Amino acid sequence: MARINSAAQLEKVRKDIVLKKDPNKPCIAICGGIGCLGGREDLIRAFEKEIKKQKLEGKVDVRVTGCHGFCAQGPNIVIYPEEICYTKVKPEDAQQIISETVVGKTIVDRLVYIDPNTGEKAVHQSEIPFYKKQVRNILGMNPKIDPKSIDDYLAIGGYSSLAKALLEMKPQEVLEEVKKANLRGRGGGGFPAGLKWETARNAPAELKYVICNGHEGEPGAYMDRAIFQGNPHLIIEGLIIGGYAIGAKQGFIYTRHDMPRLRENIDIALEAAREHGFIGNDILGSGFDFDIEVHLDVGIFVSGEASALMRSIEGKAPEPRPKYTRTAVKGIWERPSNLNNVETWANVPQIIGKGADWYLGIGSEGSKGTKMISLSGNIVNSGVVEVPFGTSLKEIVYDIGGGIPNGKKLKAIHFGAAMGGSLPAELIDTPLDFDVMSKLGAAIGAGGLFVMDEDTSMVEMNRFFLEFLADESCGKCVPCREGIRQMLRILTRMSMGKGKEGDIEALEELCEVGSLASLCALGKTTSSPIYSSLRYFRNEYEASIEDKGCTV
Amino acid sequence: MDNRRIDEIINKYDGKPNSVIMVLMDIQHENKWLPREVLEKVSNKLGVPLSEVLHIATFYKTFSLKPQGRHEVHVCTGTSCHQRGSAKILEKVQDLIGIKPGETTPDLRFSLEKGSCLGCCTLGPEIVVDGMHHSNITPDDVEAILKNYK
Ligand SMILES: Cc1cc2nc3c(=O)[nH]c(=O)nc-3n(C[C@H](O)[C@H](O)[C@H](O)COP(=O)(O)O)c2cc1C
Ligand code: FES
Repeated sequence: MARINSAAQLEKVRKDIVLKKDPNKPCIAICGGIGCLGGREDLIRAFEKEIKKQKLEGKVDVRVTGCHGFCAQGPNIVIYPEEICYTKVKPEDAQQIISETVVGKTIVDRLVYIDPNTGEKAVHQSEIPFYKKQVRNILGMNPKIDPKSIDDYLAIGGYSSLAKALLEMKPQEVLEEVKKANLRGRGGGGFPAGLKWETARNAPAELKYVICNGHEGEPGAYMDRAIFQGNPHLIIEGLIIGGYAIGAKQGFIYTRHDMPRLRENIDIALEAAREHGFIGNDILGSGFDFDIEVHLDVGIFVSGEASALMRSIEGKAPEPRPKYTRTAVKGIWERPSNLNNVETWANVPQIIGKGADWYLGIGSEGSKGTKMISLSGNIVNSGVVEVPFGTSLKEIVYDIGGGIPNGKKLKAIHFGAAMGGSLPAELIDTPLDFDVMSKLGAAIGAGGLFVMDEDTSMVEMNRFFLEFLADESCGKCVPCREGIRQMLRILTRMSMGKGKEGDIEALEELCEVGSLASLCALGKTTSSPIYSSLRYFRNEYEASIEDKGCTV
Repeated sequence: MDNRRIDEIINKYDGKPNSVIMVLMDIQHENKWLPREVLEKVSNKLGVPLSEVLHIATFYKTFSLKPQGRHEVHVCTGTSCHQRGSAKILEKVQDLIGIKPGETTPDLRFSLEKGSCLGCCTLGPEIVVDGMHHSNITPDDVEAILKNYK
């Protein structure tokens, strides 16, 4: 493929790809997400073999895609052009699907999802309750594209936002658009991306960096990898636009080492982007140069923290640094370095493409756009969900998530894993909103929503979080290293029903010291889940002292 | 691991000092552990003090400084798997192969790791053997799964 040197050429290439595609040619889109295939390839091979066997080579496409979202019902496939969804598909089903649905155009009833509430068959995504209430501006692209094919991305308008930014807008205008859209960071803090960009842009330095944080170390969070593995060009496009706005010529992608398919898709995407001239010198004939390098995490949670991540990119051990200076001013090699989360970058192309005014129409007062959520724990439909901010937790847990399995009652909804907080079932009408939820003590965090049923002990759950943090603390500062250990001792005792008088007060004191004196956000937020559970479930803590036994 | 292969890996990253993590990862990936001589060689070649190489090799969880078994068994103990009973799965695995997380069986058949969330909460509880996920299992399933790995 020759490189593309102008907006007109890009449009022509796109048109040619679309023209070459026969919209009526059958295509079997197999979800290649880890939730569906679990690292196996036999389902893909079965379809390929069956196509050969039925002499349909060249007449039917197989597309291995990223996560469709409904992981709980996986393996999922969608058959185009009719967009028929089959769930829980096994390799043995390939023969029947191809002969009856792809060729015969009839539905295989036993593979169709049945709405458990109405008993009705849901043949298309739009009829499946799990998908119905979602607004899948980002995730919705996943079933439509093969992440290894830049043509698929170009066909749906990929890189046109990059062309618009580089060729029709000044860097300052791109920045203003992102600021106006009030894009807030999706990696945990909800910090306005535009303000961070502005800080990095205004920092006086020749060399600046933009970085994509794809570490996703928060337990129970798996939406970043769903979008990164399923649609890598979207993130790359966002990152290049960010580089242009900020004045950075070098980008870094920091991602997981333990997902070979994710890494493979990113590498292939970068190479294709380079061949097409979206990365490299004089991108699209604009005179802007930009390159991207991939770095991998090495299995510890704290390396997702901004300063630790930057040390890791420098090739050093990822120990966090105190936040006297912001990394947007002094980050990698002491140069201005703007770090945003995968999902934050994924929002950038649509903001530039469709404009801030369009974006401002989605979401709540202070939180704009959509949010990807990974649903886990005691929930029927675990998977990856995308909803507009402002959607109530009730809709997410019940309408989309299908409620609590085994006829149990909901006890609490937890966000942000070991650094987040829990809300009791009574607060289920709370809207998904950065500010509302932080005020209630359960900051959204990265977007892992963990559901707990009535059998859960909050004391035990918090002990579990502390055990995780004790393992993950880098050990550099005392309040975090020792504080977590002491809290863990107390909670271990309490979870066995052997709490002593004064334990709750000691916990509160340790929480306070840790949150004030720790070096990085890991130690500082250790206390969050404990604070929130003491706020809403204090009786359980008290019971593990007085009764000499947890109530639950 | 032979010297030539180590050189190849180091050269792949242009011998830049900041590539030490990437180099160690590639070696770990191929060799499954980092012998002392290899660390010394990396230190020499990249001009990074051995103490710093050791700092990295011990700080990061994916690096092992001991020989690893032929099969890596990973029990997810993330929040959701924990909620769905992973502790019992881990117990069963430990009983069956007789080692704790972080250890390797004397016959080098298995190494055992427990790990926080692998991002497959929908599959939990699960064990992953050599990258293959065995999902939604009960303790009773463990023996049959492990039997397949000699
Ligand atoms: C211990 C710790 C772990 C973190 N892990 C991640 C992570 O895996 N992914 C992420 O995007 N941000 C993570 N963060 C937040 C980052 O420090 C940073 O705020 C974020 O990447 C900025 O992106 P955003 O502004 O787009 O949200 C972590 C923070 C802490 C304290
Ligand atoms: S992995 Fe297939 S739907 Fe999520």
